[in-house]
Amino acid sequence: MYSNSNNHDHHEENFIQKYIFSVDHKVIGIQYGITSLLFLLFGFSLMAIMRWQLAYPGTEIPIVGFIFGEGGVLASEQYNSLGAMHGTIMIFLGIVPLAVGAFGNYLVPLQIGAVDMAFPKLNAASYWTYFVGGVIMISSFFMPEGAARSGWTSYPPLSVFENGQTIWLISMIFLITSSLLGSMNIIVTIVQLRVPGLTWMRLPLFTWAQFVTSFLLVLAFPPLEAAAVLQLMDRVAGTSFFLPSGLVMSGEIVDIAGGGSPLLWQHLFWFLAHPEVYVLILPALGIVGEILANNTRKPIWGFKSIVYSMVFLGFCSFIVWAHHMFLTGMGQAMSAFFQTTTMIISIPSVVILTSYFLSLWGGSIRFNTPMLFALAFLPMFGIGGLTGLPLGLAASDIYLHDTYYVIGHFHYVVAPGTIFALFAGIYYWFPKITGKRMSETLGKLHFWPSLIFMNGIFMPMFIQGLAGVSRRLADGGVSYAHASGVLQWNEFMSISAFCLGLSQIPFIVNIFMSLFTGEKSDRNPWKSTTIEWDAPSPPLAHVNFDSKITVHRTAYEYSVPGAKEDFIPQTES
Amino acid sequence: MNIPYVVEEREDTGLINSKLGIWIFLASEVMLFGGLFSAYIFLRMAALPGDFERWASELSVPMATVNTVVLISSSVSMVMAWASLKMKDFSKYKMYLGITIFCSFVFLTIKYFEYSGKFAHDIYPSSNTFMAIYFTLTGLHVLHIIGGLVVMLYFYFPISHKMWDKQPEQFTNRIEVFGLYWHFVDLVWIFLFPVLYLL
Ligand SMILES: [Cu+2]
Repeated sequence: MYSNSNNHDHHEENFIQKYIFSVDHKVIGIQYGITSLLFLLFGFSLMAIMRWQLAYPGTEIPIVGFIFGEGGVLASEQYNSLGAMHGTIMIFLGIVPLAVGAFGNYLVPLQIGAVDMAFPKLNAASYWTYFVGGVIMISSFFMPEGAARSGWTSYPPLSVFENGQTIWLISMIFLITSSLLGSMNIIVTIVQLRVPGLTWMRLPLFTWAQFVTSFLLVLAFPPLEAAAVLQLMDRVAGTSFFLPSGLVMSGEIVDIAGGGSPLLWQHLFWFLAHPEVYVLILPALGIVGEILANNTRKPIWGFKSIVYSMVFLGFCSFIVWAHHMFLTGMGQAMSAFFQTTTMIISIPSVVILTSYFLSLWGGSIRFNTPMLFALAFLPMFGIGGLTGLPLGLAASDIYLHDTYYVIGHFHYVVAPGTIFALFAGIYYWFPKITGKRMSETLGKLHFWPSLIFMNGIFMPMFIQGLAGVSRRLADGGVSYAHASGVLQWNEFMSISAFCLGLSQIPFIVNIFMSLFTGEKSDRNPWKSTTIEWDAPSPPLAHVNFDSKITVHRTAYEYSVPGAKEDFIPQTES
Repeated sequence: MNIPYVVEEREDTGLINSKLGIWIFLASEVMLFGGLFSAYIFLRMAALPGDFERWASELSVPMATVNTVVLISSSVSMVMAWASLKMKDFSKYKMYLGITIFCSFVFLTIKYFEYSGKFAHDIYPSSNTFMAIYFTLTGLHVLHIIGGLVVMLYFYFPISHKMWDKQPEQFTNRIEVFGLYWHFVDLVWIFLFPVLYLL
């Protein structure tokens, strides 16, 4: 079965082939990882500047103030640019590439016992398309028009006329193409390259999560691509897809054909952007599942229900999008439909989270750094998810829409949720990727402050939001009387944000220190069951494994009564 | 590194990698054009009554009819090209692929005259939402034709023929997979033609 290969002969690779234009899924995964972590840091810095402005409006921004011109104070347009770019970079250049590009690329072939992805060259193409898209996005800061400033949601008509949007759209087309190529590859790899014996119900949760995520990316991203093309036409060719007749700007009727609809953009955009939420959260759930099973030394409780819930989440995520649009006046019937589907989709999320909590029951838990992050993920994601319910109901959403409550809600899902899971994953698989163990002390020094300051930033947002403070205000709301009672929280949140930034220093130090002076790791430092731990650490270039892999059992056979150790690898007969 | 199921099918799925890959790619293409078609429906519902029909009457149905015939013929010759490879007849393959390439050139030429005819009458994408969606949908379709044309030219000229000498089965698979894409592009036009020109 391994005959008839189409691949090149074994020749010595030079540096560029090996590390830059590599087709090895491990190298590409690491490329994705480094690039996306840098983008995350950059996106975080943009937010730090905004948070300074919110805490101390009208004062000079320290260190980087000179960039923003006279006096070092942020102008409203600059604040809008930072906001739009923070969202765009965090989601499309940071978390998705880290969760799917880096983790998916590196681990999926290993977890299914494959030598590589199904299409290695396509894989490299996907990374480089992402890279180019990222460069274009960043370059918009240096363009005469400046970076996009219409929010990551880019609602027309504003976005059609605001500066910087054209570059944003072009970059998005690259990023969409990249994730399309990448996710296609992951699906084919999982379907086709599983080793003998690895049936669907024996796949680890992480691989299942990647599988469903990839389908979401393949099917939900194209409508956004379509929307981006239409908006580009509006900007470049003068069409009116999203511009209604009789549009008035600055007191004058705009000279356009009209006849379009801003709502059309919102439908197309949220048709992507709701599934995108699950693109952000499913890989995180997969990672957490792996780490919980490993560190409770127990099989995951309700494995099958979790898998079915993930698949159900995937399907349902396509029919809830208009819960972002209750305030647009799209009509009661539509609202009723979408609030019903939204309540239904919360069920599988609760099933998964409950199964994870129950998995802890009666386990002899090892509190190492990956486990701490995974454990913190559970309540943080829980808060994020539960605060979403009032937003999914049309009546309460009318009050909460576009307030800081919304910001708090989705940041709880993504920041102490997904990002914590991704941290957990980095600590967990670092020994596999580098052959070195990370320092536990520095890991805990990273975890505890991060947990505290994450909550310090996002918990007060609920208070501000419930008081009615709107999002996206360059002055944080000082001009609104109703905000005056809760604005004192801004300083507290901003200081928390700066401290959160400082708390990442132990993490960065840990990565480099472990890389050079870390304790050597064997193949299976965590005594884990899944297949990737059968490969050497790091796995061999191009072939991954040094033995023939056959699978004989399900993914999490921990503490099996009568077994000689407290885990049985999937490959053991 | 030997990736399995490049040439022979995996037993439990009955597929080779590239065939599954192209089906997933086409699923995403369905969503792309689906998004644009739903934009068409949305805009048409929002337009003044009779507006879309009036602007649609500016389009040339005869030209589009000829193009429909041309594209369907190219789909047939594409199948024949693949079938010729299956029968190990390389010269026939080149003939049929040549016909497909010729057809797509004819399609593009007719499309060029259609577009320039519109521009000559001062009809642009900015004229009206119907024209906007017409130019966007057909323009994106033309881009798909051009993309396919580039791939076909690659398969037509000798640089790709080394593979036929060394791995004929894999070469045949490539043509089959490309054929699926080409049929899809054809199918999109089969939808575009009535929706834009006739309705
Ligand atoms: Cu949503």
